[in-house]
Amino acid sequence: MLTIAVSKGRIYEDALPLLEEAGITPIDDPKKSRKLILKTTRDDVELVIIRATDVPTFVEYGAADMGIAGKDVLLEHGSDNLYEPLDLGIAGCRLMTAAPVDAPEISGRVRVATKYVKTAQRYFADRGIQADIIKLYGSMELAPLVGLADYIVDLVDTGNTLKANGLEPRDLIINITSRLVINKAAMKMKHQAIQALLDQFETTLANR
Amino acid sequence: MQTQDSWLLPEGIEEVLPGDAAQLEQLRRNLLDVFSAWGYQLVFPPLMDFLDSLLIGTGHDLDLNTFKLTDQVSGRTLGIRADMTPQVARIAGHHMSHSVPTRLCYVGTVLHTLGDELDKDRSPVQIGAELYGYDGLEGDFEIIQLMLEMLAMSGIEQIHLDLGHVGIYRALARQAGVTERQEAELFDVLQRKAIPEMDDLLNAFSLHEKDKQTFKALATLHGGLEVFERAETVLKGYDDSVQQALADLKAIAEKLSKIYPALPINFDLAELRGYYYHTGIVFAALVPGLGKEIARGGRYDNIGEAFATARSATGFSADLKRLARQSVNSRDMSDTIVFAPYCDDEALRIKIRGLRAEGVTVIQQLPGQKGDAKSMGCTALLAQENQNWIVKALD
Repeated sequence: MLTIAVSKGRIYEDALPLLEEAGITPIDDPKKSRKLILKTTRDDVELVIIRATDVPTFVEYGAADMGIAGKDVLLEHGSDNLYEPLDLGIAGCRLMTAAPVDAPEISGRVRVATKYVKTAQRYFADRGIQADIIKLYGSMELAPLVGLADYIVDLVDTGNTLKANGLEPRDLIINITSRLVINKAAMKMKHQAIQALLDQFETTLANR
Repeated sequence: MQTQDSWLLPEGIEEVLPGDAAQLEQLRRNLLDVFSAWGYQLVFPPLMDFLDSLLIGTGHDLDLNTFKLTDQVSGRTLGIRADMTPQVARIAGHHMSHSVPTRLCYVGTVLHTLGDELDKDRSPVQIGAELYGYDGLEGDFEIIQLMLEMLAMSGIEQIHLDLGHVGIYRALARQAGVTERQEAELFDVLQRKAIPEMDDLLNAFSLHEKDKQTFKALATLHGGLEVFERAETVLKGYDDSVQQALADLKAIAEKLSKIYPALPINFDLAELRGYYYHTGIVFAALVPGLGKEIARGGRYDNIGEAFATARSATGFSADLKRLARQSVNSRDMSDTIVFAPYCDDEALRIKIRGLRAEGVTVIQQLPGQKGDAKSMGCTALLAQENQNWIVKALD
């Protein structure tokens, strides 16, 4: 049995066609069903539907053999206990810094609001900037408006939310896509099954 | 000041309660008996040591993972052992005769500042065996067999063996001329088999196209025996040390499959576990349901250099508590526990002494105590019949 951890929302929607090519179609629709473990058309594969940030944790523990997670989540999770052998090229966006439109360049210490605490810390430290990180769970764009922070670090898709709140994107930290992650022990113990699936995904991606 | 939750333990520190403790101790004795039967002599390295000697030949990770304190006597920094292997290597290098191979084993609690990523434990009980002074393949072979023997004795089933050789990556990195910093970056990416990141990274290095392709292929060189076929193609044209490493790996796999035909073996040429101190064949045992290895080891021929007593070495270690948790052996509950009434009688005293000498557990009643034989978990009772004390089963 192979267990694949996928998060709800965009990643799930974008991953479905890929999974379908490998003969994996969930029997229940997670939007309608409250089940967290979904049986699929392949009786040796099941999906677990969890929060995006929990995917690396589940896979690391071996609770799921493999998973689909955004590079943003993986960077923040910061563990080398997972294999990340494949870029699925789905759910693309950019992890960026942003600041109010007329804000001056950074000099000295900077206050940054983000949910990507470790990633932001590392990014600013690499540039020789001392940053005080303020952890927020959402509505990052509000932080500069109310004087909570000078900068924010967040995912940017269209940039409309930034614009609507008087912010502009500044620097690109990294382009984000979803990766296939695999539990290290599972990769070794279920090598054939996992490698077969990996090859299948690669073929599908190559033909896109 | 007494705090309200004074029963609470620090994170990752645990107590082992009756029952579990008995099982753990039984396992510890059984395993030490196995090691002893193979000629591995028990040593007790100290709990605390000078930090420098604890960290000799090891990586940055072990430094972070070691609790430190200052020695009031010497003014130097002491560490509480986080890994006993370097200590045992020092014993082998410094105190043991170099004219014959040395076999040592050890068991003891180690402390980690950072808990295990998975089970959060910060005080594992490390158990292991090491073979010094022999650099041939037969040494690695013996150590892997002993590890498998330990797992069998611990009641661990469905074992998968993972084999690798850190010498391959080391030699490739040297021949491709990557800098120390590049080697570390590449190491990080290889550890995660992050092939998508590999391209960007390799393009930033000024390497030959062939070497770039080799590093990329290395991340995919894992799986069953078919790996060797691909590896021979990929690694063609690299020097003897690479070819020798590949041949060694293949030879040891053949030897193992001969004695353990049912053992699944996985090869991973990019497995760089313990890269900073390992020098040759590395191995790990995995079991289904556990996200990481249950026992691991490998060759580390350079560790003694700092003691000016370098000896070739290979060995393995495991966490005794994890072994006990994964064990399918049911705890032995069949032991009789005899309850002896409180009675000032010479015959009873002699009877109890006799039973205990035979290894039977006898609990003597305390005058006015709470609870009876049954509630104390006793399975039998000493009763007086015709002036004689006899053991009667409790129903």
